[in-house]
Amino acid sequence: MSAPDSARINDFVIKIATVNGTGSASANMLLMKSIFRSGIPVMGKNYFPSNIQGLPTWYEIRVTKHGYVACSGRVDIMVAMNAETYSKDVREVSPGGYLLYDSTWPRPALLKREDITAIGLPLAKLCNENFNGVRTRILMKNICYAGALAALLDLDLEHVRQLLAETYAKKPQLVTSNMKAIELGYECAKANFPCPLPLRVEKMDKTTGYIMIDGNTAAALGCVFAGATVAAWYPITPSTSLMDAFKAFSDRMRVDAKSGRKNFAFIQAEDELAAIGMVIGASWNGARAFTATSGPGISLMNEFLGLAYYAEVPAVIFDIQRVGPSTGMPTRTQQGDIMACAYASHGDTRQVCLYPANAEECFHMAVQAFDLAERLQTPVLVVSDLDIGMNDWMCRELKWDDAYRPDRGKMLDKAEIEKLEKFYRYLDKDGDGITYRTLPGVHPKAAYFTRGSGHTQFGAYTEDSADYQLLLDRLLVKWNSAKKLVPRAIIDATAESELGIVSVGSCDGAIREAMDLLRARGVGVNYMRVRAFPFTEDVDRFLDAHRVIFVVEQNRDAQLRALLTLETKVEKSKLHSLLHYNGLPISSSFIVEGVIAHLQPGSKSRAAAAL
Amino acid sequence: MTFIAKPKIAHPSLPRNPLGMTRRDYEGALSTLCAGCGHDSITAAIVEACWGLAIEPQNLVKLSGIGCSSKTTAYFVSGAHGFNSVHGRMPSIAMGANAANRNLHYIGVSGDGDTLSIGLGQFCHAIRRNLNMLYIIENNGVYGLTKGQFSASADVGTKAKKGETNFQPPIDAVLLALTLGASFVARSFSGDKEQLVPLIQAGLKHKGFALIDVLSPCVTFNDHEGSTKSYAYTREHYEPAIHTDFVPLQQEITAEYAAGATLPVVLHDGSRIVLRKLDDAYDPTNRAACAATIQERLKEEEYLTGLLFVEPGQPEFHELNATPDGALNAVPYEVLSPGSAGMQKTLARYR
Repeated sequence: MSAPDSARINDFVIKIATVNGTGSASANMLLMKSIFRSGIPVMGKNYFPSNIQGLPTWYEIRVTKHGYVACSGRVDIMVAMNAETYSKDVREVSPGGYLLYDSTWPRPALLKREDITAIGLPLAKLCNENFNGVRTRILMKNICYAGALAALLDLDLEHVRQLLAETYAKKPQLVTSNMKAIELGYECAKANFPCPLPLRVEKMDKTTGYIMIDGNTAAALGCVFAGATVAAWYPITPSTSLMDAFKAFSDRMRVDAKSGRKNFAFIQAEDELAAIGMVIGASWNGARAFTATSGPGISLMNEFLGLAYYAEVPAVIFDIQRVGPSTGMPTRTQQGDIMACAYASHGDTRQVCLYPANAEECFHMAVQAFDLAERLQTPVLVVSDLDIGMNDWMCRELKWDDAYRPDRGKMLDKAEIEKLEKFYRYLDKDGDGITYRTLPGVHPKAAYFTRGSGHTQFGAYTEDSADYQLLLDRLLVKWNSAKKLVPRAIIDATAESELGIVSVGSCDGAIREAMDLLRARGVGVNYMRVRAFPFTEDVDRFLDAHRVIFVVEQNRDAQLRALLTLETKVEKSKLHSLLHYNGLPISSSFIVEGVIAHLQPGSKSRAAAAL
Repeated sequence: MTFIAKPKIAHPSLPRNPLGMTRRDYEGALSTLCAGCGHDSITAAIVEACWGLAIEPQNLVKLSGIGCSSKTTAYFVSGAHGFNSVHGRMPSIAMGANAANRNLHYIGVSGDGDTLSIGLGQFCHAIRRNLNMLYIIENNGVYGLTKGQFSASADVGTKAKKGETNFQPPIDAVLLALTLGASFVARSFSGDKEQLVPLIQAGLKHKGFALIDVLSPCVTFNDHEGSTKSYAYTREHYEPAIHTDFVPLQQEITAEYAAGATLPVVLHDGSRIVLRKLDDAYDPTNRAACAATIQERLKEEEYLTGLLFVEPGQPEFHELNATPDGALNAVPYEVLSPGSAGMQKTLARYR
């Protein structure tokens, strides 16, 4: 059922189906950015294959005057540019929606749907007539649909022109050719269909003070601002763009203008084992160092993560989660590494984890991760995911406080060492479980031996039971200190309900929208998003205060729920899982359905697979 | 192992290096290896070499993986930071540490299992990066800590203590390093301290990756009849090809060398290695010829030893990556952070 026309202004979803490697990413970005610059909040999701050229790919743009940041579950305009997925794409259009297709070739299947409006434009034909070269024609065909959409949606072409001018500042001839393709599509749509459609954009002023940025870029920027100097990694989707961004930022902002020397070392390792080894070696030697990886890399890094935990060496690791197990679906999103990160490595290990929910948090948590890693002398894993990391998010402009200085933790300098009679690496002087460390090259009195084998509080090798246990117990004291330092949960208890939602990371946007939708249906729920492991005190309080708790997460095995039952006093039976794990970002409708199904047992839906 | 702790007080007559330190100041914890272990001789050679070079203890970084050999980093220079990491992964720790501070001496001690089996990948890639470190393999052909299994350096036909014969061909670290482009490749024997000490000194001073593969018999699991890594076998099949002298910057060359047969190699800090050919046909600057000769002689069951190949002047990791001369870990935060002005500039492209 379609909404009244007025309600569809600035509130609809465009989905664009293309073939990857045909320049559609530029066209989609052009569209989304133009809408954003019209002052209208947008959300963009890229559904791409693990492939370079020739496979189906989709891009979803949600124009959302309410500023929602998740998928809605609807498709109002389908731009069906890929013959291979055409019939599936047509089926996906919501009733009352529109189908834009390339009418250069006949598409009889579209006639079977009478509840949608088909708009056929001969885009390939137009481009063949106006451009030379096979590759150019393919690329321009995609720019052409952006032009057609601009006409259909009443988008200001000036934004498009400006964006092209910025993108191709160094290649003005590309501005001309791209603009020509935009205008071809624009004029063709205008000439053949009544423009604009009832579902269209209208200038707003809700994007001032915001930027569009992906989480990986924001995290990389955080590493630059945190003062990271050593970056080591092994390429893996979807984390690579974080390293690429760090290198690009560093090449721009970290090269001494006079000498040309680089104030950073960027090392492509031979595998993830070496990558984390390099990070540990560099951090041990006093540089702020980090790596970025995904699930398979986390699996490989496990042994070293145990060493860093036990030998108490700082390290920062970004895990941009993708679909597992094993190779899984490398270009799809999931929250499947929650457990693997929390207890990474053999023996009694617990790793500090931070869970960003959006690009803005990726930036700030990146900085915080370095401070925590050095303060606590332990690895800190920033557990992000593909949805956060690789999609563009509208987020508040990142602010930087020039008063910030890195927290190097309990690191003794030369003068402090000089005053010591003797230095003991693992002696808990302050009772917080955090001991003092020194760096090589500073003072002969500061030397100590770092090892993953049993060691005493004085740093000597041991196989003595009491000495071993003393140290292992002290690590628990440190773990408790960590609880006071990691970011607290974000709690929204305004509904004053006995129903609560508990979630983590990228489920956030969908949950916030679902809460609005539920409220409209008379169901008030409170919400807590955990942002770190170990869980802070407020997590226990929230769990205590609610009778029914929906744990929303994106994996099959309810990993967050499991972690909550292991690490808090919560009664297991009141935690009901809403699990989304098909590899696509979670939508608000999934959560609404799940909650309703639980509250009305008669209408049990597949989504409400309560454990 | 030695059970009697040495007295802490040094005799006043003990010789002192330019820093006023005795050899005792370069020792470490007591070795817990088996009595007669070749590794302990190498440890002694490292102590001698560091004392001789007058390295400030805090400017040395000791790195190792896992195994008998890797334990030895605790047994020398107690005034240096040490990192006994995980099995086969010492090169990555060394890489990271070196990236953070290029101005220290890095010495890695590994074994044949640690380097040639579990750590083969990291070993190769450290060479490819020309990581500035001295990498010593204490090579005994067996896994000692797990009681005598063959390692990847065990020769075909060699017999284990329990009688089993090895049929898999060995990986030779020296040949491998030559293939991968290493610029300092040496082989020695734990029983030849005279050869080993100048090699260690030269390796520490060499800018870039320096490898010394040291045959170091395992007295407990690989010193029997039928072993090709025993003391007896090694002594018999060990053939110095090149005599190496290390001459620190301050010293004049005093020894007499026959003209034409010596080859002085100047290192980056002005110190020199003087190579004296013991075999006229051997040219330690010709990579391909070195590899061919070493391989031929191995077939004849002969280990050529000495500084077998050297090529100073190859750019090391930091030169290749254009990092500053100072340590990265010492760059002030104010230099590293783009600040709020940098942030504003950066954000422009995301609006």
